Amino acid sequence: MLDTGRLSVVRIGIADAGLASKPQRIRTNGLGSCVGVVIYDERSGICGLDHVMLPHAPKGKPVTPAKFADTGLPWLVEKLLESGAERRHLQAKLAGGAQMFSSASGSALLRIGPRNVEAVLESLQELKVPVVSQDVGGSAGRTIEFDPATSVLHVHTALEGTCEI
Amino acid sequence: MSDAPEFTDYVADILKEVGNIGAAHAATALSELIQEQVNMTVPSARMVPFREVPELLGGEEMLSAGVITQIKGSLSGNLLLVMAAESAVQLVTRLLPAESKGVQDFTAMDFSALAEVGNILGGSFINAISDLTGFTLHVTVPGVAVDMAGAILSICLLSAELTMDEALLVETSISQGTSSIDAHIILIPEPDSMDRLLKALGA
Repeated sequence: MLDTGRLSVVRIGIADAGLASKPQRIRTNGLGSCVGVVIYDERSGICGLDHVMLPHAPKGKPVTPAKFADTGLPWLVEKLLESGAERRHLQAKLAGGAQMFSSASGSALLRIGPRNVEAVLESLQELKVPVVSQDVGGSAGRTIEFDPATSVLHVHTALEGTCEI
Repeated sequence: MSDAPEFTDYVADILKEVGNIGAAHAATALSELIQEQVNMTVPSARMVPFREVPELLGGEEMLSAGVITQIKGSLSGNLLLVMAAESAVQLVTRLLPAESKGVQDFTAMDFSALAEVGNILGGSFINAISDLTGFTLHVTVPGVAVDMAGAILSICLLSAELTMDEALLVETSISQGTSSIDAHIILIPEPDSMDRLLKALGA
């Protein structure tokens, strides 16, 4: 029998965030310098994913919280708690933060990947959410899918294969 | 809302014309590079929401090649040349005749050939804008990536930061003999630069 619930995948776009609970899975495609951050509560089977694009939100401007590490992750934790996750059980996995273009000019923009990773780790530390595993840096784009039933994060790349973290 | 100029059909026509002038210059330069006649046309120029750009390229995970150059001078922003992996292979094989191969086999030489094409196309496009507006513009050394379309595009979206949610998309078709290569030139000016560009073009 086809278990359609098992096949349901919540898709998160660039600079967006959302929640899923088992047996759903949650996915985001084509992470380059962006970082995909999954925060989950293994016991309740609830998880959230934020496709973080930039490290810090600008001061004094209306923003989309999910776009930035310092606003997106607190927002995600709040939504997880509202949905029944327990703060002391929250854990995180992350992937992305690549440097996509090798360029002689080497502008700050092209080095945004590592800065995103740094900001995500800082934010998770402030939120006291432990990082279980990460696949970050390098120069390859990644697509990630998290299964809250197993807490496995599947990381696919276009040319360098697939791994599970 | 601000009093930022609007992107009208009139401006779209001007930008398509800019694209055509740029394409003509680029075709000449490419013809010289490969010692064969190359034709380039610009079927359309329009503003596209960022989120729709990966779909135009066949989806966020579509294997693609991108060449990025930064625009400096009177305007600032990024210019991205992006094409499907097969088109990149065709183009590179044309420039550096070799056994048939896929993008996963690209060497440093192939990457530098792609960078050169991006340089020629981007430079021609920017010169056309410069001629039309009187702005002084130049481009930086290009960076090349072969990867998922979404991953390549995301870096360009960053430069537009917070307020922009659309990019100018110029579709180009490069043909040589019986083969044709579809490429997209995506111009992502920083917000102030977009306003200045539209004003200079008469919006």
